[in-house]
Amino acid sequence: MGVLDSKVPSGPLAEKWTKHKNEINLVNPANKRLIDIIVVGTGLAGGAAAATLAELGYNVKTFCYQDSPRRAHSIAAQGGINAAKNYQGDGDSPYRLFYDTVKGGDYRSREANVYRLAEESVNIIDQCVAQGVPFAREYGGLLDNRSFGGVLVSRTFYAKGQTGQQLLLGAYSAMNRQINRGKITPYNRHEMMDLVLVDGKARGIIARNLVTGEIERHAAHAVVLATGGYGNVFFLSTNAMGSNVMAAWRAHRKGAFFANPCFTQIHPTCIPVSGDHQSKLTLMSESLRNDGRIWVPKRKEDAEAIRAGKLKPTQLGEEERDYYLERRYPAFGNLVPRDVASRAAKERCDAGYGVNKTGEAVYLDFAAAIQRYGKEKALTSGLKNPDAATITKLGEEVIENKYGNLFQMYEKIVDENPYKTPMMIYPAVHYTMGGLWVDYNLMTTIPGCYSAGEANFSDHGANRLGASALMQGLADGYFVLPYTIGDYLSDDIRTGPISPDTDEFVKAEEEVKARLEKLMSGNGLHSVDHYHKKLGKIMWNKCGMARNEKDLKSAIKEISELRKDFWENVKIPGEINAKNQELEKAGRVADFLELGELFAKDALTRNESCGGHFREEYQTEEGEALRDDKNFTFVSAWEYKGEPKDAVLHKEELKYENIELKTRSYK
Amino acid sequence: MKLFLKIWRQKSAQDNGSMKDYTLDGVEGDMSFLEMLDVLNEELISKGEEPVEFDHDCREGICGMCSLQINGEPHGPDRLVTTCQLHMRKFNDGDTIVIEPFRAKAFPVIKDLVVDRSAFDRIQQAGGYVSVNTSGNTIDANAIPIEKEKADDAFNAATCIGCGACVAACKNASAMLFTSAKVSQYALLPQGRVEATDRVLNMVKQMDLEGFGNCTNTGACEVECPKGISLENIARLNREYLAASIKG
Repeated sequence: MGVLDSKVPSGPLAEKWTKHKNEINLVNPANKRLIDIIVVGTGLAGGAAAATLAELGYNVKTFCYQDSPRRAHSIAAQGGINAAKNYQGDGDSPYRLFYDTVKGGDYRSREANVYRLAEESVNIIDQCVAQGVPFAREYGGLLDNRSFGGVLVSRTFYAKGQTGQQLLLGAYSAMNRQINRGKITPYNRHEMMDLVLVDGKARGIIARNLVTGEIERHAAHAVVLATGGYGNVFFLSTNAMGSNVMAAWRAHRKGAFFANPCFTQIHPTCIPVSGDHQSKLTLMSESLRNDGRIWVPKRKEDAEAIRAGKLKPTQLGEEERDYYLERRYPAFGNLVPRDVASRAAKERCDAGYGVNKTGEAVYLDFAAAIQRYGKEKALTSGLKNPDAATITKLGEEVIENKYGNLFQMYEKIVDENPYKTPMMIYPAVHYTMGGLWVDYNLMTTIPGCYSAGEANFSDHGANRLGASALMQGLADGYFVLPYTIGDYLSDDIRTGPISPDTDEFVKAEEEVKARLEKLMSGNGLHSVDHYHKKLGKIMWNKCGMARNEKDLKSAIKEISELRKDFWENVKIPGEINAKNQELEKAGRVADFLELGELFAKDALTRNESCGGHFREEYQTEEGEALRDDKNFTFVSAWEYKGEPKDAVLHKEELKYENIELKTRSYK
Repeated sequence: MKLFLKIWRQKSAQDNGSMKDYTLDGVEGDMSFLEMLDVLNEELISKGEEPVEFDHDCREGICGMCSLQINGEPHGPDRLVTTCQLHMRKFNDGDTIVIEPFRAKAFPVIKDLVVDRSAFDRIQQAGGYVSVNTSGNTIDANAIPIEKEKADDAFNAATCIGCGACVAACKNASAMLFTSAKVSQYALLPQGRVEATDRVLNMVKQMDLEGFGNCTNTGACEVECPKGISLENIARLNREYLAASIKG
């Protein structure tokens, strides 16, 4: 086991969480008033945690780099949130959700954490409805569900294509209630620059006021990092422009182990890259795969004609199309998990069947669904013998009702009408399963430093299933962390306020200031984006959807050289003690330049393919991922030792007591 | 495309700002408006000048962080989009584009095109929530059936992204559309009815305290709203407010 203790409670799987809650130490309500907690990040995990902690009686300070907590990137989640409610009566249960999640994660997640997540999933829906989150409903007034990839039941709750927005605004409203009561003090437009340790415990942070440039010290009894994922290490991703790894990486440098950095999710359905000026990629929700069929032309000549603009996709008949997911995976069809769908798209495009100018796109087609819904609607509307135009019109209305905002978004970006011609899509970096290593209590390897949501590593293994990120963020924030943190804080009831004026805080502040000054003093050759784009290209080409030893080794070398170049030659105009967006970006890119190297090193160490981590050397004859359970059923947790190349690997062995390890099959 | 840009530059809240002229060549139709500004900023940085600061984050039209008054319209000439989703194909070679921050007393300029919209947060803090604890000890979600039409209306109101375009579009700089969207979401749902009276009174009171103007039913807010939030919400807010005042 080594230095890593997962602290998973003993006993049967289904009873662990209840037993744990019964046995951990509590802080009584009067004492909670004496304890301060810092929450960094105000997305679903951070916002929910802040609200619940404040409600329990703790004094909470929240930090976010945006101008309001409501803008955290959880807001962009589109399709839905899973919960084992079994409202559809299709045989769902917490066990089945647990099983699907472990299998979907390709058997690289921690059983006990995932079971707890499945258990809490049902509470989330109840909670959110009580808060007034307007989920989609059926005509009878009850909640509606849809299906997502990698499962055979309908357990996804949704609010059109804006589920993340509605859930985040729910958490934000819960925060607002506590802000109004004075229990949460929000620090917006603030960025965490470093974690402060006192006697080995996390006792505060150094933050930069992004409006004034002022460096501030904030002390607390515990620090929660809910700062999301690090997908922006690829420059182009579906993350927000500001999404970054700084908080997690600063904690890593102070002793928090970083787990499975190479486990990254490449989402299959994003709008393809249009040019070099591109700043980010836009996702088209996985929910579209409920109704959309993915295809490329069967004949290469047709693909070439389409690329040259001589042929339109609508001119190709059914028999001339290759619905490759339905062909390869008849059981799950278009709803295979994301990693599988992404690799299949890449395989077709690499083989020369891509359908946009650059040959890096496949079709997502709604024509069949429009006809199917149109006929159904005509029938229920009492129309006898409707003509083709009426059916199409009715069908388009149904599709608009389900996915209207996504179709509008597509049309605005691509300038094509997706009701009339199939969407073009291609995989893009979306979510990072890796993150700070946490134990069952969501505590990192630094006592008093917790991590929740996408920022931690624990629940999704090597691949996350659709509609599970919102579930994990809210479960961690509302229902797990607020209770497990009490166990730690019960020792702190007599500590009294933590002073931000001790040597540790002064020293940390000086280090932050020195680092900023060093960034500002570069030779001024290239902009921050110049380096970020270069890093992104290395990551995408050598650590992306397919990886191999040679590329990973060269990525490590290139990133380390780029980092050196960056620190010598980056150009940051403006002032250090004022609002300065270039300086903000520079700090984030500096950390990506370290993380990127560790990412490649992690991918190089893991000599197997699993989930989103596909090593070309390890695949089956049919090109599916080939796991090596004998040697790699563990979590890679990296300890910081200076340069990323010196990072030390610790292994947390994963024990599967309730699920048999099997080759994942969606055929 | 070659464009002539007139951009508001202001060093800080304390400084007086002014319009500055820039010429930008090589703009492509596939670029978003913010990507066009990215290109301009890269040019400015390479010349050693300070880039133009503007708020933005998700760049997919949902976070509400981006703003900009473009040729006099919040989020520019296209309908139902935020600035980040506005594409340069909506402009022509040789166009002059005027880019300013959202203008309102309650939205002071922080720097260049960045404004302070924290007044919106404070309106929400005054009552934009249902007072239930987040402990999860509540009734089963399906124990509260809600008429689909009402649920859909509540959802439509709840899609407000809090960008402030309604305020910037309004000649009175009124925040009624924003405030009414949140009041409506809860007014339409049984969960929200319980506190409806206090909510509408408190939120309107805070809105007035922040220095937003009054609503004179011009309707510019609805036209410019990137999410198509309906004026019906303002009517609903007025009804709720009147009822609450009488009940008071």
